[in-house]
This record gives sequence, structure tokens and C-alpha cells, in this order.
Amino acid sequence: MKTSIQFRLNDEEVATFADSGSNLLDVLREGIGDLSVKGGCWQGTCGTCTVLVDGMPRLSCVTLAESCEGKSIETVAGLRQGAKLHPLQTAFMERFAAQCGYCTPGMLMAAKALLDREPNPTRENVVDAICGNICRCTGYEPIIAAVLDAARAAPRRS
Amino acid sequence: MTIAVKTFARLAEAASALSTERGARFLAGGTLVMRAVNEAEPSIETLVRSTDPSFVGIAVTSGRVELGAGVTMAAILGERELAFLHPVARAVGGPAVREAATIGGNLFAPSPYGDFASALLALDATVTLAGGYGQRELSLEEFLGRRERGASLVSSIAFKRPANEVFRFTKVTRVHPKGLSVLAIAAQLPLANGRIAGPRIAYGAMGRMPLRAKAAERALEGRPLEDNAIAPALAVAADGTSPLDDAIASAWWRREILPIHLRRLLLGAGRS
Ligand SMILES: Cc1cc2nc3c(=O)[nH]c(=O)nc-3n(C[C@H](O)[C@H](O)[C@H](O)COP(=O)(O)OP(=O)(O)OC[C@H]3O[C@@H](n4cnc5c(N)ncnc54)[C@H](O)[C@@H]3O)c2cc1C
Ligand code: FES
Ligand code: FES
Repeated sequence: MKTSIQFRLNDEEVATFADSGSNLLDVLREGIGDLSVKGGCWQGTCGTCTVLVDGMPRLSCVTLAESCEGKSIETVAGLRQGAKLHPLQTAFMERFAAQCGYCTPGMLMAAKALLDREPNPTRENVVDAICGNICRCTGYEPIIAAVLDAARAAPRRS
Repeated sequence: MTIAVKTFARLAEAASALSTERGARFLAGGTLVMRAVNEAEPSIETLVRSTDPSFVGIAVTSGRVELGAGVTMAAILGERELAFLHPVARAVGGPAVREAATIGGNLFAPSPYGDFASALLALDATVTLAGGYGQRELSLEEFLGRRERGASLVSSIAFKRPANEVFRFTKVTRVHPKGLSVLAIAAQLPLANGRIAGPRIAYGAMGRMPLRAKAAERALEGRPLEDNAIAPALAVAADGTSPLDDAIASAWWRREILPIHLRRLLLGAGRS
């Protein structure tokens, strides 16, 4: 049974038909064609499928797509503004925080969720923000350093 | 096979659908149900949801706490009046899991999950079940005892608010800051004239579901929280437990380390 689903994706209205009961990850990738979201385990375990739903981090593989009707979803594809990379993307490059890159989309979105709420995070805040995201390459330290750099680089709000 | 998704504005309607639809499974945060759906679990033919506002309600008064079963770990962390439960909510998964994971879903989570359910057991919580024909309240202990028998819908969970400093919680994991439970211990340790009066201790991951440490509770009654005085309670700490052998820890290891962590909790660790 197909069902229609409509939501905002990176500030644009999108709509698609999906099999009823589909998870948000499959709908984003296969229904809408946003391949910036990655799937690793489809079990909620690896974190690479992390997206923001109404500003909060969610594991898209264990999120029922129909529960996102009318909501606002952010993925890595929406991070850069034209040719300008998001401070997190620049910091990840400069700190070599991506090796194979598989965890990177989820890490970036988990980190964005943190910085949107807490522009001056401590190292502990960063560790907690990415603790549901597995990286098998970097040993996490370059990622933590990149998120702290990005916080310093972003225009101060207070 | 595709799955039908049925969303109801009222919990009572969702409860009726749960008992009448073929292969119906309730979906709360979905952190466990959607795993099963992704694996094409054949017993799930219909997902039942509810958008009833009472399902996510939080009511805290000086004496009592009443929580809709759809309250998430993140919502608990956002409620200052529930600071004593913050260490428990923070112990469940990473931030993205906590945004979705509900307290009601935690009552059904198989061991070694169920950290929040152990805390609710120590708090002597009651569970309200919604049915097509009305509501029914029962103790969490009784509810857990019959958990596997039926598809009732839990609408809310309530408990007496513990006095300051009385509630303690600890979770032992191999991975930090987030990992599955080797074991979890939650306790209410009220004192009268410096001695324990009516303790309530619950374990997570020490059986198929959260359970009371009744032998340790009895051995603590009337004793001060001092090393010598708690020794008899530690000696019987693992009585009545039947921990699992799993990828996180062996049953033997869980029993071995239980008294060590119970001792630390009784002597002051795990206060919020
Ligand atoms: C990566 C990851 C890490 C995790 N870490 C932890 C952890 O550290 N500690 C822990 O305790 N758990 C953990 N969990 C397990 C799970 O997220 C939690 O137990 C959570 O509280 C389950 O709630 P939910 O709302 O997501 O449940 P769902 O997946 O929606 O439902 C789970 C089960 O409960 C039933 N159910 C849910 N709500 C109700 C209700 N109100 N009435 C009747 N039936 C209901 C469903 O039908 C289903 O059978 C983890 C899960 C993942 C994916
Ligand atoms: S694909 Fe979602 S957590 Fe791994
Ligand atoms: S860069 Fe390879 S998993 Fe993180």
C-alpha cells in the first residue's frame, strides 16, 4: 500500500509516495533522491543516518516516515549555502575528521544539532552529542576537535 | 509485504485497534519497533499510533508525578522538576535515541534494555492501561509479571515523588559515555533517625526484565548506611536474580560485580 508523505526538506517543500510503514531513511534516499543521508545498519546502532527533525537529532532508519508529515527535516545536503561550506564542513576538512567518510553525514548532523542549541560547547558536550555515532576510522579525536573548532569559527551569538 | 499504519487521535481508539487489528503492534518512539519492521518481522502487519495529547503529558506536583507513556527521554531531560530522573534518562542511548525513546516503550524493552523501567520499579510506579472499555491501573511489578501475555496499551505511569536525596541510580557499562547495561541499579533509600526505613531497590539486566532486590531490601531494613551494617545486604544482593549471558557480559560476571556496585550506591554513589 502506497501512502503520500509531505514535509519540508532543507527548507523546500517535498512530497512523495512511499510504501506504508517505510522508514524515513529509505524515503529520503529512494523516494526523494537525497543521497546525502547514508544508511549503515538500519538498526539504530551506527548513527550514520542521523538527520534533524524539527531541529532535533533523529535516527532516520528507525523513524517512521509517516510520523514526519508536515515536519521540517535537515540533511547534510542542506548544510552548505551555495559555494560556502558550513563551518562544521570546513573544520572537518581542516582537522582530517573524515577518513573513509561513511560516518561523516551523521557526525555532521549530530554536531549541528548541538551547535544550534549550544554555540559554546564543552568537550564533554561534544562527546555526548556524537556518542550515538560510530566511527571506525578516526578514533573520534579529530571529530571532537573539528566540532570545537567550528564552534569557535561560527559568528558569536552572545 | 507493506504494513498498514493507523493513527488515532484518542488513546482509547488506539487501544481498541491494538486488540482487534490483525498483527497489530503499537508504535511509540519506534526505536525498537522500526528495527523489527526494517527486518520484515512477519508478525507485524499493522502499526498503531496515537496523537492523543495526554500520551505526552507531564504533571508534577509536590507529592506525585504522572507521565504519559509517550513521554520521551529528551522530554524528561527538559523538565527541571524531574531532575532526580535525569541521570536515568541520560543513560538511555545517545541524543538521537533519547529524542524518540519513550518511557512506555522502555517497559517493553528486552534485557539488557529497560534502564528507565528499573528506575520506575524502584519508585513503586503504577501503570494505567487503556482499553476500548475504559482504564485500569496496576502496579508496575504486576504489569512486568504479565508483560508477555497481552497487547494492552499503556497510557500513563505515575509514582510518588521521592523526597530529596532518597532516590539513587547507577548504570554499569563497558563503553562510555553510552553503552548497554552490564547492569543497572535504582533505589529509594528513605532514612528515619539515620536508619533505613522501607527501602526499595530494583535491578536492570539482572533478569529477563527489571526486578526487585527483595532479599537485599529486607537485610537493609533498620540499618544505617555504613560499611559494616550493609554487609548482610551485599551478601544476598544476587538472590532471586537470573541474569542473561549476552554479548555485553556473562551471567556469572553480572552476579560477581552486582554487590560491588550496590555497595557503592548504598555508600553514596548515584545521587542526582
Ligand atoms: C542505538 C540504541 C541504543 C539504545 N540504548 C538503550 C539504553 O541504553 N537503555 C535502554 O533502556 N534502552 C535502550 N534502547 C532501547 C530503546 O530505545 C528504549 O528501550 C526505548 O525506551 C523504547 O521506547 P520506544 O518508544 O522507542 O519503543 P517502541 O520501539 O515504539 O516500542 C517498543 C515495544 O514496546 C511496545 N510499546 C511501546 N509503547 C507502548 C505503550 N505505550 N503501550 C503498549 N506497548 C507499547 C511496542 O509495541 C513495542 O513492542 C536503545 C535502542 C537503540 C536503537
Ligand atoms: S542506519 Fe540508522 S543508525 Fe545505522
Ligand atoms: S571516517 Fe570512516 S567511519 Fe568515520
